[in-house]
Amino acid sequence: MNKAGDWEDSSPERLYVITGGRSGASVPAALDLVTLIVAKSGPRHGMQPEQAAIIRLCQAPLSVAEISAYLSLPVSVVTVLLSDLLIDKQVMARAPVQPALLPDRALIEAVIDGLQKL
Amino acid sequence: MDFRSSEQALGPRSEDVLPETTTAAVKVVIVGGFGVGKTTLVGAVSEIRPLTTEETMTQAGVGVDDTHGVERKTSTTVAMDFGRISINEELVLYLFGTPGQQRFWFLWRGLFEGALGAVVLVDTRRLEVSFDVIGRLEEWRVPFVVAVNSFPDAPPYPIEEIRGALDLPASVPIVECDARLRGSSRDVLMALMRYLQSLAVSSAAIEAS
Repeated sequence: MNKAGDWEDSSPERLYVITGGRSGASVPAALDLVTLIVAKSGPRHGMQPEQAAIIRLCQAPLSVAEISAYLSLPVSVVTVLLSDLLIDKQVMARAPVQPALLPDRALIEAVIDGLQKL
Repeated sequence: MDFRSSEQALGPRSEDVLPETTTAAVKVVIVGGFGVGKTTLVGAVSEIRPLTTEETMTQAGVGVDDTHGVERKTSTTVAMDFGRISINEELVLYLFGTPGQQRFWFLWRGLFEGALGAVVLVDTRRLEVSFDVIGRLEEWRVPFVVAVNSFPDAPPYPIEEIRGALDLPASVPIVECDARLRGSSRDVLMALMRYLQSLAVSSAAIEAS
């Protein structure tokens, strides 16, 4: 058995504490796995450690998926943390390009050009 | 997961930091059964070492013989590997490799929403694992191409035989690839983009007529 305070990183208890018990359900639907997040300033004193870590990571644009990977936190937890930071205007979100039902030709051509350089 | 790679915990390497000019991201989903080579393909073309994002499935231990009062909930961690390709100064492409079973897809809400398209990676020895995936993509109207990962010990099949086995219309491209090779994996993505381009062109033609 684990000792108190010696939680598994992914234990429900730890994730519950980090998010204040909220689940991803209340998160703005605008946050996608590839929404790019950019911090507006450095971490503030007294910030929750996970939020401070997000601010440090996002000094340059970084996707929600990458934040989740680097912090080893589930995406659903990261989106809860991010929505607080967004409300507090600590970070900005650059929404992903949402292709309509049919792909945008200019966008596809840009991707083809980029892939050709690989 | 208990074990964390310290490398991943540090954040991006300095050469992996996206330029400030990056304003938009697009995604492509690589779907396939376990061991079909999704992560290999992502790793072959990604400019960053593939990363892993996790989602936790929590079960309150329904039906489990918990007789000890306060019990730990059981949680299962499901991982999804992904990579990244910078297209130009403004645009970045993310590639997500996800298991074929749709029960995993709902863990990452909106995984297919807004995706440019998908690549269904198949192994000719286990084509049947792709039936469900293909049906779901068709239903969700996610454009996709099929890439046959040529494993050395897999018997070669003519493309049209694979098309028949997967019951795919002639319009859906099927390409062969070696997911270990960058050029070959790049060509798979290129096949998807050309297909998307053809869809855009044909829809424009329909509008014009």
